[in-house]
Amino acid sequence: MNLETLDDALRPALFEYLLRLGDDALILGHRLSEWCGHGPYLEEDIALANLALDCLGHAEALLTLAGEVEGQGRTADDLAFLRDAYDFRNVQLVELPRGDFAFTIVRQFLYATYACLLYKALQQSAFEPLAGIAAKAHKEMQYHLRHSSEWMRCLGDGTEESHRRAQSALDELWMYTGELFEVDDTLRTLTEARIAPDMATLQPKWREQVETVLREATLTVPEDPPYMATGGRHGHHTEHLGHLLAEMQFLQRAYPGAQW
Amino acid sequence: MTPAEILEALTEVRDPEIPVLNIVEMGIVRDVRLEGDTVHVDITPTYTGCPAMRTIEAAIVQTLQARGFQQVVVHKVFREPWTTDWMTDEAREKLRAYGIAPPPPRADEAPELIPLPFSVARGPAVPCPFCGSEQTRQTSAFGATACKALFFCEACQQPFEYFKAI
Ligand SMILES: [Zn+2]
Repeated sequence: MNLETLDDALRPALFEYLLRLGDDALILGHRLSEWCGHGPYLEEDIALANLALDCLGHAEALLTLAGEVEGQGRTADDLAFLRDAYDFRNVQLVELPRGDFAFTIVRQFLYATYACLLYKALQQSAFEPLAGIAAKAHKEMQYHLRHSSEWMRCLGDGTEESHRRAQSALDELWMYTGELFEVDDTLRTLTEARIAPDMATLQPKWREQVETVLREATLTVPEDPPYMATGGRHGHHTEHLGHLLAEMQFLQRAYPGAQW
Repeated sequence: MTPAEILEALTEVRDPEIPVLNIVEMGIVRDVRLEGDTVHVDITPTYTGCPAMRTIEAAIVQTLQARGFQQVVVHKVFREPWTTDWMTDEAREKLRAYGIAPPPPRADEAPELIPLPFSVARGPAVPCPFCGSEQTRQTSAFGATACKALFFCEACQQPFEYFKAI
């Protein structure tokens, strides 16, 4: 099905779902872009800026589609710059401050492993415009996965200090990974309509791939915490998102409609 | 004008980041349709975040309006995703002459990029666009634009860019 043949009853759930996908990419892209000019060395600085650009590209495509599905005339820019924190639908994982280089890399690795699996599955989506974006995004996220997996091995199996930092980032981030695979009514509706994949089949694959790289990186898989962070998909965020939006949205809020 | 003539006109539009190539030989233009007075042009981004796409869209409209078409609609399509295999041989040779190592044809069944060590996941040698030597190494998988990687030639001691095969 496409925009014309989409069942109106599915529109609200699909809009919500596209915001989730688009906001994950947008917020992660913004966090990556914060490294521009601060990377550990020139090539890595450029690499992180490239990863940021890919994420922003995915966000633009997904949020444009979200606006079309919603049918209220909102553009990707409207959705990115004119919503408040409680209207964002990203997981908390992507909004956490960038931390040190190890923290950024571990998060990128955990997310890229998830995104590769998700975008691959979404290529089979019954909603054709989404399947098209997923096919494109999948190609690009594979580069992210390769980049971050290689760094996981360098950091984990590197010096005592790099190992310590990577392990500490992993321990800190683990409680934010549960949210990636959460299922609610929105997702169930779309899985039934064959628009979204069944997350329960993706989670074990994610776990297996993550554990393989962690083993090679001589890092320890964290024990499952008593509490997994949750709420991002419904607009409940950490205090960090508001600060991020204050910076990201400043220009459009101060000078509405400004262009260059 | 026929769609073929419109396509020919679009060869005037260059990729702003690689000005030796036009958007037709790069495989960015996917389809041209005439409906009444309106020209529809389907383009596909090389990379989703490619900042050159907006400039390219504007240049397409401008070029066709200069040929007398008042209504030009540019559609961005994602399927099939762009691949370097759509680049013509002529385009590859232009890239090399410009100092950018061109992408080789992808393997028929490109293996999925699974998280293997770089040494295993890396493909065949990339010949230096200046001296042709295969004694080159990748210094970064990411270059000044999303489509390129950075390499160094041990033979002539020159850094160069490589257009990644995707
Ligand atoms: Zn050379």
